[in-house]
Amino acid sequence: MQQMASVLDDMSSEAPVIIIRPSRGWVSLDLRDVWEYRELLYFLVWRNIRVRYKQTVLGATWAVLQPFLTMVVFSVFFGRLANIPSDGFPYPVFSYAALLPWQLFARAVTDCSNSLVANQRLITKVYFPRLAIPISAVLGGLVDFGIAFLVLLGMMFYYRDRVVITAAVWTLPLFILLTMATALAVGLWLSALNVQYRDVRHMVPFIIQLWFYATPIVYSSSLVPEGFRALYGLNPMVGVVEGFRWALLGSQAWGTRTLVVVSTLAVAVLLFGGLVYFRRTERIFADVV
Amino acid sequence: MSDIALHVAQLGKQYRIGDRLDRYKTLRDVVSDAASAPLRGLRSAFSRDSSGQTGQGDGNGVIWALRDVSFDVEQGEVLGIIGRNGAGKTTLLKILSRITEPTEGYAAIRGRVGSLLEVGTGFHLELTGRENIYLNGAILGMKKAEIEAKFDEIVDFSGVERFIDTPVKRYSSGMYVRLAFAVAAHLEPEILLVDEVLAVGDASFQKKCLNKMQDVGQEGRTVLFVSHSMRAITRLCSRTILLDEGRIQKDGPSHQAVGAYLQSDLGTTAARQWPDLSEAPGNGVVRLCAVRVRTEDGQTTDAVDIRRPVGIEMEYEVLTPGHVLVPNYHLFNEEGINVFVTADCDPAWRRKPRPVGHYVSTAWIPGNFLSEGTLVVAADIHTHDPIVRHFHERDVIAFQVIDSLDGDSARGDYAGSMPGAVRPLLEWRTQFNSKETSL
Repeated sequence: MQQMASVLDDMSSEAPVIIIRPSRGWVSLDLRDVWEYRELLYFLVWRNIRVRYKQTVLGATWAVLQPFLTMVVFSVFFGRLANIPSDGFPYPVFSYAALLPWQLFARAVTDCSNSLVANQRLITKVYFPRLAIPISAVLGGLVDFGIAFLVLLGMMFYYRDRVVITAAVWTLPLFILLTMATALAVGLWLSALNVQYRDVRHMVPFIIQLWFYATPIVYSSSLVPEGFRALYGLNPMVGVVEGFRWALLGSQAWGTRTLVVVSTLAVAVLLFGGLVYFRRTERIFADVV
Repeated sequence: MSDIALHVAQLGKQYRIGDRLDRYKTLRDVVSDAASAPLRGLRSAFSRDSSGQTGQGDGNGVIWALRDVSFDVEQGEVLGIIGRNGAGKTTLLKILSRITEPTEGYAAIRGRVGSLLEVGTGFHLELTGRENIYLNGAILGMKKAEIEAKFDEIVDFSGVERFIDTPVKRYSSGMYVRLAFAVAAHLEPEILLVDEVLAVGDASFQKKCLNKMQDVGQEGRTVLFVSHSMRAITRLCSRTILLDEGRIQKDGPSHQAVGAYLQSDLGTTAARQWPDLSEAPGNGVVRLCAVRVRTEDGQTTDAVDIRRPVGIEMEYEVLTPGHVLVPNYHLFNEEGINVFVTADCDPAWRRKPRPVGHYVSTAWIPGNFLSEGTLVVAADIHTHDPIVRHFHERDVIAFQVIDSLDGDSARGDYAGSMPGAVRPLLEWRTQFNSKETSL
């Protein structure tokens, strides 16, 4: 180490010096280099968006068709036939307002968990902060979300006599952020695990499916007994979905605030853990992917 | 010593063999590994002292891809790195470009590093040439403004102006490589790490790239250049490191390092065998057993006289009957130029399905045909209809063609260097008229 110090002295300080050595123990999160590579991040997001609907006939219409048709089916079966209560809102708007963040989340988690493996050529041939890959996968879903959101505006206009927009709508960006944070938190874990264990590939569709039912999309969280609400909020998507309904529809399902707070805390813990795990394992990505 | 750009000290990289062979594991493997791990740990604790620190492995499923590598590179120096496949050249570049971590030792680099381990990293087939220039540039570490400023120059260098808005999946492989290299060639880091990327593209484009790289060296940029082309190494690099089994064998002026490489048996492997059929190249139809270079009297050799015929022999096992098989070879010279491709035209087997069994096919290259230098062979067997490539093994074997100065080869009495991909001994006729030509 002494020798190293003297070498570093020799290298005058006119240019930045990079030291390469085996990392040991805990590594710092150091998110600065992700910021330095923000242009690459931009191009990766741009690529993901550009290639998403290449060589499809319907193109970006897919971003609308999926949630819209799902909403129609839900409205017929759950809303009309099963008569599931929707907190007094028209069932189509009630379910679509939840489907929006859900589809953003589901798509982001799926893309994210597969992102490192899908970009293994990059990982084994070029250096850049590996975090850029899962982050870009999550951001790529925003365009679809934006397109699908326009449909919601149309629906809210259609039901304008039963849905009133409140000041709460200004909090919507926060809930979009919470959706992305949740997706990134889960995606970081899954993508890093996927590098080593390809079981993840088979797990993800299954996880998403189960998670869907554990989230109040076709039903309202007011169906959950009061004593379990806080526990229920540990599923971050509960806070996200009820937050969306509150922001967009002015929904007052009991305890929305508790749910959102618990969910946000849960995301914070999950995201921090995901970042630490990702950083700790990224040094071996190129060797094992 | 103040102008050192790169300082490498006792750098080492260890791989578990399992990491490399089983590309990824499943959770079940981890569970079963964990069950047997305590035993293995015990065993390795006892064997550590005896196995010592030398060489590649230590019987514990561990390989040192790089060991105890130390050197300094001055700013503006163009350093060549040579060695046979698996010597650790790429591992070294990967550590220096921060793609993978060293297991021991350290390196200190002053300045922005650009690495070029492959041309066209991150190219997306669905995107157009224009879009890929931006994407690839960003991936290689260029800023958006930088790419915009150099955009026209890049397009110009690539020579694909007309197709710049066409998706690259419609490009020929030559166009693809030219565009990819054009982006890379305009990278302007202080330190450039280049792996064998010149082995692609046509000859004139290769020359253009070599010139571009020479310019890079003259602009005071530091370059580390891995190549199998001894000619490129001696032309571009003043100093060269020869790696073997992860260690530095020689570090000195390029002609000395290249000489050491060619004289040792490191450069060539005249025969290659796959004793275990299940791990041999191939598929359920046919598997490769061995490839050898033979002289007329049947001896395996890695150095052949330019005047004598040389046979390239392929031994293979047909496992499923009923397929028409075409064994063929691709020969490359040390500049990576494909000298020729030759396919089996033996009338006895042409268009005939082959029964199960062991085969040996030999292609005889006539004497006085190949040029002098190293020739690297790729072995391949495919079926034409439908097209199935059963295997294609690059760099299977290599051999030297030696042109001695006996006066009866194509070089005659000329002792200088002779260019050309082939060196045929042609029949020359010279007519002579003693009378003056009529005007």
